[in-house]
Amino acid sequence: MSAATPSPPGHGNVDAVPRSPGQIFRERLRRKKIAMVGAAILAILYTLSLFAGFFAPYPYDRIDKERSFHRPTGLCFQGGRLSVRLYKKVAEPATYEASADGSAAALRFFAKGEPYTLFGFLKCSTHFLGVDHPDAPLFLLGADQFGRDILSRLLYGSQISLSIGLIGITLSLSLGMLIGGYAGYVGGGVDFTVMRVCELIMSIPGLYLIMALRSVFPASLSSTLVYIIIVAILSFIRWASSARVVRGMALSLRERPFVLAARALGQTRVRIVLKHILPSTFSYVIVAATLSVPYYILGEVVMSYLNVGIQEPEASWGLMLNAAQNHQYVQDYPWLLAPGGAIFLTVLAFNFLGDGLRDAADTKSA
Amino acid sequence: MWNFIAKRVLYLIPLLVGVSLLTFLLMSLTPGDYFTELEQNPQISPETLADLRAKAHLDKAWYVRYGYWLAHAAQLDFGYSIANKRPASDLIFERLWNTFLLSFAATILAWGIAIPLGIAAAVRRDGFADRACSLLAFAGLSVPEVLLALFALMFAASTHWFPIGGSQSSDYYLMNGRQLFFDKLHHLILPTLVLGASELAGIMRQMRSNLLDTLRAEFVTTARAKGVSEGLVIYRHALRNAINPLLTLFGYSLASLLSGAFIVENVMAWPGLGRLTMESLSKKDHELVVASVVMATALLVVGNLIADLLLAWSDPRIRLK
Repeated sequence: MSAATPSPPGHGNVDAVPRSPGQIFRERLRRKKIAMVGAAILAILYTLSLFAGFFAPYPYDRIDKERSFHRPTGLCFQGGRLSVRLYKKVAEPATYEASADGSAAALRFFAKGEPYTLFGFLKCSTHFLGVDHPDAPLFLLGADQFGRDILSRLLYGSQISLSIGLIGITLSLSLGMLIGGYAGYVGGGVDFTVMRVCELIMSIPGLYLIMALRSVFPASLSSTLVYIIIVAILSFIRWASSARVVRGMALSLRERPFVLAARALGQTRVRIVLKHILPSTFSYVIVAATLSVPYYILGEVVMSYLNVGIQEPEASWGLMLNAAQNHQYVQDYPWLLAPGGAIFLTVLAFNFLGDGLRDAADTKSA
Repeated sequence: MWNFIAKRVLYLIPLLVGVSLLTFLLMSLTPGDYFTELEQNPQISPETLADLRAKAHLDKAWYVRYGYWLAHAAQLDFGYSIANKRPASDLIFERLWNTFLLSFAATILAWGIAIPLGIAAAVRRDGFADRACSLLAFAGLSVPEVLLALFALMFAASTHWFPIGGSQSSDYYLMNGRQLFFDKLHHLILPTLVLGASELAGIMRQMRSNLLDTLRAEFVTTARAKGVSEGLVIYRHALRNAINPLLTLFGYSLASLLSGAFIVENVMAWPGLGRLTMESLSKKDHELVVASVVMATALLVVGNLIADLLLAWSDPRIRLK
């Protein structure tokens, strides 16, 4: 049930010094190369997202109408310095070619640029990358319809996509654990009611319920409100499945001697659920949490893609993919699909990590 | 067995009533109704609007309307779509058929590819095939359906081999039965590929781990000890036992299949239930939304029931009560 059981004799190595369950778990996890790769990718992505203002060359809403659908700017070495090529518009609509004379503008690290705020309060204007040349745009991943830098929007958008999973998981798992744990421990009418409600929620195909719930709120709201609504809706649907699993665990845990002992000591129900039942479900919960983060990321993507999520001019990965809806655009400007790549990478990393965590927590296997 | 089916079907009724009540309540909470848009029009007087609302019974309390709706739904009449000026049932069954067709084709495709791949991976454990399959599975689990669908549209647009979205050509009314069939098939291919590809990974992984578990079982060791050839051991002894848990997975995967179909329908303009739901939500055609959500739920629960029955049929150890 928990990571607490040491590996059975004949499988694990017998040490002179007994190790704690946590140590065994960490060591098993460290041996999973693929999980470590996932963790590393996530660490990088979250760092980039946290310092989005610093790593993004431009603000997410800087419009450059002259350069709509600008192609990704190539890099080259000129005079020993990393430089960005200059492009000229050669035809309408939006066809760019590198200048024939091979002219380029030198890149500058830690360049001064447009002001932004870090963590919501730190005013700053130093960017990781910048160009001196006033005419040289730095569109490493190209520009969208309004001439906005896709890389910058990707970085700002990651603040939504990457945080939505963590907040959603915290909400839905704590709700699911509390309700499921309590229902399983108390049983009777409470258990019956909770389980019927869970079944009702789980029997409606997810996206149908998401869209119906979303329509209760007005279509155009501030992005912060929409963000809160998305998290609330996705968590509201998701708590049911974790409540069911935790309830099943609580059902078997309540017959265990340590729970009986706690009850004999006269502890209250809520205390027994919080202190004795729920901690034993943690290994399931951690794995479930990691593996269900993608559900939230993809949920936001679908909602924003279908125009009921984050709204322009704010950036989110789903909303950016919406620009790729027009197949003519995608054919001519394939860099519009960049957010798709970012989603794929993030979800892949979570799946790598979650898979490794599951194997490491599964003490039945060698 | 019949007892079990009867019980499950009876259980469906309160569930579907609960779902319809929930959706109806949600729809009554949404701001505005179908006529809200007309309020901006200076040519329509408030009296006319009130009249229109009264005709559509929108002036009554939601629970009264729900009562009417439920009474009609009991006779398989799922309300009236104001936006389309047609009974909701007509629209729903057309769309339900399309969603069913897409999901069914994708399921066949996904299972048809996933099971052989899963077997191959398990038989050559840690070999090249296994590693390639596991990488493929990770990729398949992680790629968003929206992106796959966009790629498919892009592919269709650049090669002209497939139609770009939709479920029939614009000149479908000129076609005879045979042409209609092939036209539909032609439109079905890309959405099926997209939906099937996203379902494939989970099934393949499950097949692999099931077969690996069975290969470790004692009866397999016995069979090998008797000198049964390896092929017979795998295909006759192990495989048959590894298939059963997959039927449970089939039940579980239906929910994700329907959500996947929802995305594919909306991105690739396949006129199914999911697309109908989005269309009717944006038009605030509330009774149609309720009807589509109830139908989608019915599709899911009936699918689960079928999965349970299949499991009971294939595994004689299971007794349904």
